[in-house]
Amino acid sequence: MRISLLSIGLIAAFLTLAMPARAFEVEEHHRFGNGEARTLRILSTTDTALLTPMIETFLANNPGVAIEYTSASSAELMTAIMREKQPYDLALSSAMDLQIKLANDGFTQAHRSQAVDLIPAWGNWRNHVFAFSQESASIVVSPSAFSDLEIPRSRQKLITLLRRYPDRFRGRLGTYDVGASGLGYLFATQDARTSESYWRLMELMGSLRAKLYCCSSDMIEAVARGEIAVAYNVLGSYARAREDLANRITIIEPDDYTNMMLRTAVILNTAQEPALAGDFIDHLLDAAWNSPIVVEYPFHRYPTTGTAQNVPFRPIQLGPGLLVFLDHLKRKRFLAEWRSTVQQD
Amino acid sequence: MSDPLPTSGSLRRRLTLQLVGSAAILATLLFFVVLAFARDTAQQTHDSILLASATSIMDSVSVQADEVTVDIPYAALSMLGNVSDDRVFYRVSMRGNILTGYEDLPHTDQNTSSGQSAFDTLTYKNDGIRMVTLSRRLSLNGAPADILTTVAQTREGQATQLAKLSRSALQLGLGFFLVATVLAIWTAQSSIRPLNQLTAAVSRRGPKDLRPVKRPVPSEMIPLVLSLNQFIARLRTSLTRSEDFIAEAAHRVRTPLATVRTQAEITLRRVEKPENRASIREMIRAIDESSRAAGQLLDHAMVTFRIDSLERKDIFLTETAKELVDRLQPIAELKDIDLSFTGYNCPPITGDAILVQNAVRNILDNAIKYSPNDTTIRVSTQETLSTVLIHVEDEAGGFADMDTDALTHRFTRGENAAGTVGSGLGLTIAREVVEAHGGTLQIETSKSGTGACVSLCFPLV
Repeated sequence: MRISLLSIGLIAAFLTLAMPARAFEVEEHHRFGNGEARTLRILSTTDTALLTPMIETFLANNPGVAIEYTSASSAELMTAIMREKQPYDLALSSAMDLQIKLANDGFTQAHRSQAVDLIPAWGNWRNHVFAFSQESASIVVSPSAFSDLEIPRSRQKLITLLRRYPDRFRGRLGTYDVGASGLGYLFATQDARTSESYWRLMELMGSLRAKLYCCSSDMIEAVARGEIAVAYNVLGSYARAREDLANRITIIEPDDYTNMMLRTAVILNTAQEPALAGDFIDHLLDAAWNSPIVVEYPFHRYPTTGTAQNVPFRPIQLGPGLLVFLDHLKRKRFLAEWRSTVQQD
Repeated sequence: MSDPLPTSGSLRRRLTLQLVGSAAILATLLFFVVLAFARDTAQQTHDSILLASATSIMDSVSVQADEVTVDIPYAALSMLGNVSDDRVFYRVSMRGNILTGYEDLPHTDQNTSSGQSAFDTLTYKNDGIRMVTLSRRLSLNGAPADILTTVAQTREGQATQLAKLSRSALQLGLGFFLVATVLAIWTAQSSIRPLNQLTAAVSRRGPKDLRPVKRPVPSEMIPLVLSLNQFIARLRTSLTRSEDFIAEAAHRVRTPLATVRTQAEITLRRVEKPENRASIREMIRAIDESSRAAGQLLDHAMVTFRIDSLERKDIFLTETAKELVDRLQPIAELKDIDLSFTGYNCPPITGDAILVQNAVRNILDNAIKYSPNDTTIRVSTQETLSTVLIHVEDEAGGFADMDTDALTHRFTRGENAAGTVGSGLGLTIAREVVEAHGGTLQIETSKSGTGACVSLCFPLV
């Protein structure tokens, strides 16, 4: 009896130890640096490889520090923080709306520094949410498909082209499945908010049987392979990063307007190393907004005078407005309308 | 005069303190009023934006396919974000069931059924929030359905704005206080000024000046000045009366004395006994002394009277002195005194010729009277840049070490005066005349050291 109790206890203990502490779905987990003194735990939606150079320069400047870098989808990141209260120090995410939700609902803490002052006013919310990149919602086209046509530089020109040559583009268009991708949903809602031409384009793409994708990289590869001729609302930074495909894709930043997604960082309330997290944010912000440009910074640096009239780049506004599209009734309505427009079968 | 009067505080200080005190009270009041007003305005502004947000959400509530749905406009929440970086919460509920939004957002205690908006200040998620609740009745499947829309925002932006406004209010209050303090000091100074001016005017007066105060004064000071003038008038009357009395008395005494002296001299001729002659001579000497005293008293009364309304005419001192020397020459000769005059024509001084003459004559009289036989008296005039002087130098032994200032007081006589007829009024008269003309009387030991030198110094205008 005693033995069996003991064995049950042991099994239970073993199970507890062996069970992964993370219940949410992790894509990648890396440990950088061999410092033992302090460990910074980052939860991020950004691919590890993209930020590795930034992490390494940070570690070089901060001896005795190690970084645990966990990447997950933006939805899983929310689950980990809001529901499971995982003890991460820092959350880096491309899902601006979800980052705002974290800050608005009190899961983050404020951070002030000289680097914070470098951010343009639209890139900082409450000193809680800090933008450290601008990434365009681009149109990626296959140059071979446009060999005899002028490459459209605006939504209106794309619409005109699609109307004129429907047969050439039927089944060869692609965009985000906004129901499956948070970023796709963000781009779509901002498009819908900004211009009526978005719905005309979706209507047209729907009628030409556009293919829907989960993520930017799939669309980029599909264009490169020649499967589709046009991919709409692709994350420009990912397209730029694929230097291997550079001659098979053309990246268009529409000159009527180009939504700019801001990758943001927040320090979590549960942070055990808030000061270290602040230092890492400063490291990112310095690379993003300060001059001179550092080579490790993985994103394209756009001019920060995004509010000027003649510049098409429109940073998506950080603020409570983003909460509107997270409202479940709003989302339901929007998705229903989007589906009825794009999926016309 | 020498004893300091006990003071009951300073009018100016009291006035300044009271004015500054009331300025401080007003400034504090102003600060709080402005602050309350600012707080009210900030709150109202915030409330109206919240209300606009809630209204636009409420407007997006509709019934579609027998189901209540909400399509929150982007602007409903982004407008709150444009005002400040505050956290925003909302909720839409129907019949107590949450349709969308933050489920744990607190409920208002106020009645919103009448369609009015209810504002609350509460705490949510460890932060102070301002919350508005709107109510609207929809018809769902023919039955009424009450929709409640709540929008809340944290108040950090408002607090920042208030802090800024408080700073402005504080600066306003301080500025007001500083300006009021400067004005208070100025006011106190200027209201006390007429008093100071009157004081200065009265204390500037000479010892004989008993004219009433005529300068204009503020109405509050009229009673004081009237009383002062009455007091001065009483003093003048009483002074005049006593001077008149003395003059009258002297006059009354002098005439019979002349008769007595004549009788005494006649008697002297008749009396032959040496002891009787000696006592009658003694009597005549006493009569002379009394008569001279009465004369000087009369002189003094005349001088006092004339000084009160001083005549101003050109006087050539050299001529005056020469005339007097000529006139007194016979008396001097009786004692074999060599009375000499030296002087050139000096510019005229202005004043009362009779008084000046009287003064010089008194000095000369004294000199002749106290000089021993066979001595010299030198009278001279002298001109300096701003004064004309008359020196009378004798060989009468001088005033020794006596206080020369005390000599000019009434009825004070020099130490060597014992054997001579005199009243001690001569120097007093001379001094009063000289001072009435703005000059000075100087008594020194003569250059030879055998006598005194009295100088009358008159200013040139």
